[in-house]
Amino acid sequence: MSWMHWTGPTAGFFISIALILTGMTVWQYFSPSVERKGFLPIATTRGDRLFIGLLTSAFIHLAYIGVTEFHVLVATAVSVVWMVILMRWG
Amino acid sequence: MNKIENNKAWFFVIPVFVVVAFSAVIPLMTVVNYSVQDIFGANSTFWTGTEWYRQMLRDPDLQAALLRQFAFSFAILAIEVPLGIGIALLMPKKGWAASAALVLVAMPLLIPLNVVGTIWQILARTDIGLLGWSLSSIGVDYNINANAADAWFTIILMDVWHWTPLIALLSYSGLRAIPDAYYQAARIDRASRWAVFRYIQLPKLSNVLVIGVLLRFMDSFMIYAEPFVLTGGGPGSSTTFLSQALTTMAVGQFDLGPAAAFSIIYFLIILAVSWVFYTAIMNAQKDKSAQQ
Repeated sequence: MSWMHWTGPTAGFFISIALILTGMTVWQYFSPSVERKGFLPIATTRGDRLFIGLLTSAFIHLAYIGVTEFHVLVATAVSVVWMVILMRWG
Repeated sequence: MNKIENNKAWFFVIPVFVVVAFSAVIPLMTVVNYSVQDIFGANSTFWTGTEWYRQMLRDPDLQAALLRQFAFSFAILAIEVPLGIGIALLMPKKGWAASAALVLVAMPLLIPLNVVGTIWQILARTDIGLLGWSLSSIGVDYNINANAADAWFTIILMDVWHWTPLIALLSYSGLRAIPDAYYQAARIDRASRWAVFRYIQLPKLSNVLVIGVLLRFMDSFMIYAEPFVLTGGGPGSSTTFLSQALTTMAVGQFDLGPAAAFSIIYFLIILAVSWVFYTAIMNAQKDKSAQQ
């Protein structure tokens, strides 16, 4: 694995993504998601909202890094709040 | 409705899962690892955090390349999709003429990308090329190495020549799949040619067009060999698209960290645009079937 040049933060990032996906799979198994319409313009399932949330979170990070001088963890905090709103009411 | 959920079929997906993991997921993870470090050699790395992302996002050259890339992709989509549908509608439906038309239309697709670039580079020369010589002999000041507008015109023309056949072939197969009953019903209603196209052919084509638009968007957004051979990104940097900017950095200057950060940004843009296209078109179809 040394050729991949792992670092602590990137390993943590991928482990948390893997955990989220596993968690979502288990959740889906025990209580299958129903497609519904929230504040997003399209009807979405839980997995759709997760995907939208992860993708928009990536762009939130890019916007923070590209435009502002804040620490990147500020963007992470904003993303987590956004993710919760999206999963609950999206 | 009580649907029985049986997830055993997922075991058959394992081989694909393994292949995709090795061909896409693991390389992508490696790129993420590279993007947060400065790599001097096999065992000497330095943690840089988000510094490369900051540099790449604020680089005016890359911002210009990104805008150019979007302009190019939308320009060729706006030309190739209507033109491809038009060609498909005009192609003969049966007999030897249909086979001959298919072969003729498919011809440009068979030519390798860098050969297409070379063909057009020769074609655009004002001394020996058909296009360049013809244009200059009727008095047009045409020079792709000095004039950015000429270079753009030629690159777009080249892409339209190379890839419109893909849209045409997809649309043609979509048109052939429409059952004759629809046309009979249209004849009974004395529907005009336009009404047949608008309410029968176009809706039935939407599936293949989704694939066509997605393929053309992703392909054009990653275009490299053709403009590189034709103009080398010039004059100046007026036709330097994203992948060429990236290659110059990663291979030419061997800046693996910045190139990796830039790749991730590039990847996210392609992912987002493709997802929006796909969702928009899929939802348009869902609304339509809900209405019927």
